Amino acid sequence: MNREYIAIAAYMLVILALAKPLGAYVAGVYEGQTPFLERLLGPVERLFYRLCGIDPKREMGWKRYAVAVLLFNVAGFFLLYALERLQGRLPLNPQHFPSVPADLALNTAVSFMTNTNWQAYSGENTLSYLTQMAGLGVQNFVSAASGLAVMAALIRSLVRRESPTIGNFWADLWRGTLYILLPLSSILALALISQGVVQNFKPYVQAAWLDHSAATAAVPTQIIPMGPAASQIAIKQLGTNGGGFFGANSAYPFENPTPLSDFLEMLSILLLPAALCHAFGSMVKDTRQGWALLAAMTLLFLPLMILAVHSETAGNPALTRLGVSAAAGNMEGKEVRFGAADSALWAAATTATSNGSVNSSHDSFMPLGGLATLFLMQLGEVAYGGVGCGLYGLLMFVFVAVFVAGLMIGRTPEYLGKKIQIFEMQMATIVILVMPLIVLLSTAVAVVTAAGRAGAFNPGPHGFSEILYAFTSQGNNNGSAFGGINADTTFYNVLGSLCMLLGRFWMKIPVLAAAGSLARKKASPPSAGTLPTYTPLFVLLLVGVVVIVGALSFAPVLALGPIAEHVMASGSLVR
Amino acid sequence: MKIEGLVQESWNAVKILAALTILLGFAYPLAVTLAARTWFPAKATGSLIVVGSRVQGSALIGQDFKNPKYFWGRPSATSPYPYDAEASGASNLGPNNPALWDAVKARVAALRAADPTQSGLIPADLATASASGLDPDISPEAARYQVARVAKARELTQSQVAALIKTHTAGPLLGLWGRPRVNVLELNLALDALAKRAR
Repeated sequence: MNREYIAIAAYMLVILALAKPLGAYVAGVYEGQTPFLERLLGPVERLFYRLCGIDPKREMGWKRYAVAVLLFNVAGFFLLYALERLQGRLPLNPQHFPSVPADLALNTAVSFMTNTNWQAYSGENTLSYLTQMAGLGVQNFVSAASGLAVMAALIRSLVRRESPTIGNFWADLWRGTLYILLPLSSILALALISQGVVQNFKPYVQAAWLDHSAATAAVPTQIIPMGPAASQIAIKQLGTNGGGFFGANSAYPFENPTPLSDFLEMLSILLLPAALCHAFGSMVKDTRQGWALLAAMTLLFLPLMILAVHSETAGNPALTRLGVSAAAGNMEGKEVRFGAADSALWAAATTATSNGSVNSSHDSFMPLGGLATLFLMQLGEVAYGGVGCGLYGLLMFVFVAVFVAGLMIGRTPEYLGKKIQIFEMQMATIVILVMPLIVLLSTAVAVVTAAGRAGAFNPGPHGFSEILYAFTSQGNNNGSAFGGINADTTFYNVLGSLCMLLGRFWMKIPVLAAAGSLARKKASPPSAGTLPTYTPLFVLLLVGVVVIVGALSFAPVLALGPIAEHVMASGSLVR
Repeated sequence: MKIEGLVQESWNAVKILAALTILLGFAYPLAVTLAARTWFPAKATGSLIVVGSRVQGSALIGQDFKNPKYFWGRPSATSPYPYDAEASGASNLGPNNPALWDAVKARVAALRAADPTQSGLIPADLATASASGLDPDISPEAARYQVARVAKARELTQSQVAALIKTHTAGPLLGLWGRPRVNVLELNLALDALAKRAR
């Protein structure tokens, strides 16, 4: 037991130790300073601007910035959709997969464009290598880079004084990709290959079964999938994307073969989201502000992560009664090389961010372990959140927190010298409340329609949790699932796509609008009456606001799902 | 924002997407593949185990074992047949689903029937399906549970078989992350080799 908690503490320390150097580097990239990769990549950057006819110094107002974000995402959607629909006639398809059906192609294209990476598809039997690398792989990068860009624009708006503009989206997109995501992904991809993650363009391999009793006329050999997986898995983890190259995602041994690859991938999930807090502090020239946000995120994350680990390592009492040892924990849907503790830690990390990759089956988690993953998403994925979107999501909660504090002490709410007024509060409210609205409404629609109920796989409250999880995941652009749900139906593909789109863009646009308004404001110097936003008191206030909003929105549905299941299971043990 | 601006930014979006697709969708995976071929040729192509001219499997992908003279791996939930590497996946059965209890009950009964000398609790990984359906490993406890059966079927001594488990056990990373594990396919190949030498 203790060994597991030491491992978790060490993991958290590595994340926090890397936050400072990486955060400072990220800040430099968005401030236009020449980072140390400039000598190597600078010519590529300038060549790109010249080829595309972009002037990186031409500033955009928030509306133009938002339009550029939307247009770029629309273009990406159409490219990915076209690749999926045409893959049967395109090259790099050694298994001769047919084109993807329309509703599945729609769902997958929306899913990757919005950084959700919900998997209604199963990679190894549906997608060609071309669709994977030129379609999914590219969206893995650019959806993360778009999130980073919007975050950078929001931070600039807090730094600038009376400025009509918030930056150039094309330059932000390109610099984030070239200087942050691409170098990190290249390093991680090679590290993963060294552990056994596949990276090739070969057709699938036929292997003989060693035990001849496994071979039958129908399955004379085991077919072993191949493909350019490592390059995609690296960005899938670093960009908090999470869509697997293979169906079982990071549980598939070719995606995640060893404890070391597991550690590196888990590290990559939280690496950038945590580092961005320091990037924020560094860009606003007050690193204490960044540490305060990181502290708030960590305080939100730790208790739920520990709940998940505790519940999974304790084992399933129902199985112990059948003669199964509980020493290794709840092993249904988990891999031996990771064990129960690391699977639960991963589950918490992937739902705390918008990552959504899984190395175990969340559907088979104990009710309270499942509750932890659900609630981490339902807090709005602000601890630590997706790349970029976690930080801008938390900043919206910060506006609410300073507003609440302002009401309590009777002063105009301010953050970093900028007055938080009606417009910012309206935008923050939209961002915070639209997600519960989407999730709860969709869950309600699914529960009252036959098509929705048909998706549930497990009986009882667990089946309700599956439906709730599906829409929580898509509304928050997470992408993980209680995998038993039958999500590849027209009902779930279409309603899910809608959730992903609303969850992504109904947040990005108000965030950019708030950025536009903040950038235009004067800054007032701090006075004796200013509420300091870096103190432990403020961190607790912020955590309180996030938890109260999340609990008020979701406690009732959680009571119907995992809590009901937990109570029922404990009750049956007493009997 | 005027209509010219919209047209201009649309055109920019298309150009930039094209440039990024070339860089990220083609140049990057190709460069990684070339580096992989140079530095990790075997790992990048699936860690295949080749016996003579025959591909005997991948060291990373589990196989289905039913014969009592082999160590058995994790139960696999892949469909239509176990250890289908083209259809990876978990059972997704909830912890309180009676279908899970029935499946576990049947596995426990099968394990008990295969070796009635074993009493006590069964290691969890032998009675539960893995996340991928392709788990190549079992825990050392699960391997030790099967020693008596395998030794008897092979006419080897239990200590010979147990020694094999010891040499095929890999530990967690730095003693912290992951769990101790035994690769079932590699263990069974070593067992075949040992039995051949003994004969």
